[in-house]
Amino acid sequence: MSILVNKDTKVIVQGFTGKEGSFHAEQCLAYGTKIVGGVTPNKGGTEHLGQPVFNTVKEAVQTTGATVSMIFVPPAFVADAVMEAADAGIELAVIITEGAPVRDMQAAKAYAVKHNMKTIGPNCPGIITAEECKIGIMPGMIFKKGNVGLISKSGTLTYEGANQVCREGFGISTAVGIGGDPIIGLSYKQLLPMFEADPDTHAIVMIGEIGGDLEIQAAAYIKEHITKPVVAFIAGQTAPKGKRMGHAGAIISGGAGTAAEKMAALEAAGVKVVVSPSEIGKAIAEVLKK
Amino acid sequence: MNIHEYQAKQIFAKYGVPTPKGLMAESVEQAVENAKVLGGPIWVVKAQIHAGGRGLGGGVKLARSIEEVEKLSREILGMTLVTHQTGPEGKLVQKLYIEDGADIKDELYLGVVLDRAKEMPVIMASTEGGMAIEDVAHDTPEKIIKIAVDPAIGFQGFHGRELVFGLGITDPNEQKKLISFASKLYKLYMENDAEMIEINPLVKTGSGEFLALDGKMGFDDSALGRHPDIEAMRDISEEDADEREAGEYGLSYVSLDGEIGCMVNGAGLAMGTMDTINYMGGTPANFLDVGGKANAETVAKGFEIILKNPKVKAIFVNIFGGIVRCDRIANGILEATKLVDVHVPVIVRLDGTNAPEAAEILRNANIANVIAATDLADGAAKAVAAAKQAK
Repeated sequence: MSILVNKDTKVIVQGFTGKEGSFHAEQCLAYGTKIVGGVTPNKGGTEHLGQPVFNTVKEAVQTTGATVSMIFVPPAFVADAVMEAADAGIELAVIITEGAPVRDMQAAKAYAVKHNMKTIGPNCPGIITAEECKIGIMPGMIFKKGNVGLISKSGTLTYEGANQVCREGFGISTAVGIGGDPIIGLSYKQLLPMFEADPDTHAIVMIGEIGGDLEIQAAAYIKEHITKPVVAFIAGQTAPKGKRMGHAGAIISGGAGTAAEKMAALEAAGVKVVVSPSEIGKAIAEVLKK
Repeated sequence: MNIHEYQAKQIFAKYGVPTPKGLMAESVEQAVENAKVLGGPIWVVKAQIHAGGRGLGGGVKLARSIEEVEKLSREILGMTLVTHQTGPEGKLVQKLYIEDGADIKDELYLGVVLDRAKEMPVIMASTEGGMAIEDVAHDTPEKIIKIAVDPAIGFQGFHGRELVFGLGITDPNEQKKLISFASKLYKLYMENDAEMIEINPLVKTGSGEFLALDGKMGFDDSALGRHPDIEAMRDISEEDADEREAGEYGLSYVSLDGEIGCMVNGAGLAMGTMDTINYMGGTPANFLDVGGKANAETVAKGFEIILKNPKVKAIFVNIFGGIVRCDRIANGILEATKLVDVHVPVIVRLDGTNAPEAAEILRNANIANVIAATDLADGAAKAVAAAKQAK
């Protein structure tokens, strides 16, 4: 078991034939991901990496039965691609592209929600169910199969956390890089219940960052609903206060979104909070050996 | 990207958001000229820097004669203004804005910003204008009205009513004016991909007009490509020179106070590395994210920028290679030691893709200053020890 994706998940790639799309799709195929095709307008009917290319997502879905799309299109076209996926009935869009305008993502996310399409990202490493299905740009070899679920805003901290968990002799069920942009798809609050319900996930690593209040919401959710042990790290305890012009963003979230605030909220929710990412592996070992 | 008040007011004017008349000046002579053009009888001389709290810091002053405009301009232009938003080092004032004095009856606050939780822009307003809004939010949060506007429907009548009744504005004529003001502000926020707009204060004049007395705007960097007019407003002198130089090489750099230079891939791991150094009893000298496209040139540039800081006693290179291949970083480090005089110990932790090859490269090169580390904790500990030893 795992969450969201597994060895049977059929995936298409939007921006399939581009440089980034090609490189990573090839890596995903090598990992064993069932990539069943891709979309590049005006290249429909051709083949790429041994898979069919379609002009539209609708066509790709109808022909291949894909339920997940991995999106690599350039930033200015991300919103269009996400909305096209939602319109075509894709169930989960994993948006890797970095630098999509916030206004575009706002519209795209609203449309995705309306069409019951889940999204991950943008600006994220993607999702991986260890040794089954990699949809994204993470180095697959770090993720050994196991019973720890991982949710992280940061890409490289996802790798750091997973690596430590595996070096301690444990492994990963599913790891999700949710991205740290102002507007993101699935967040801690939506993913935590999935891990709680997954019988093969025995503990959860949650990696957050300063800014926003997603970790605070997660803390409240964990307190009420999560019975599995959670280990958390919040990056940015030593980050300087931003040299900002205004403080409107901080006021909106009801606080400055500091690491200290988030760590306190998580601790109060019974989470094992570590002060350095170098302690993640040890903390998981502690909670799982109890 | 942030812009100056005078530039924000140019955008306001384009959208019909009322502001007092004003003109930007880069010299005392020009300031006097501007004052004459505006005609008076009261002028406000305002320092133009990218930070709030200018009034309290002595950067905004009232003048009642041309002579006074000249005197104040001489004082403010070229001063280093320290406010609660500039940091202790302050900011050099290189531009002034000479503005008509307004007949102020009431001071309000009005802003537009993205509410991340609601995932839509929210209009914020308060009767407590002219004060530091962060204090208002802290002390009397009930005095801040927040109205979320769903971009799918845009600014509607009910949003406007919520605003004016919330602010206790009862005169129908004034209600109409303020609603129109807010609706234009929302429109310009959306159309220009703004990240935030803040008008503090928005004043009501004796004759019942609403004027943006101040204006701050920040923009979504990811959207600047479709707004060349906004991009053209960039004032690079307001940006940190090292941060800007780093940016040109695809590096994200922020200078800090400590002694251990950091070079890391990914913003999260970069912050996590700083946190680990701190946890081990050291102090980070900077945040530096080399990004996903690091090569020999960018690594060398990173060393160069880090080493400009004389406080740096050791450098910790912490790379978790996913897409970034560690052997390339290792070669980058070798290359960098040839291009830059790396005179402090460099602790290198390379993990992930091609890490064994990278270790081999560094071992064979056998550079005196380069110390290998096995993982994050080991690297941070070695960096802290090296920095202490250098004292």
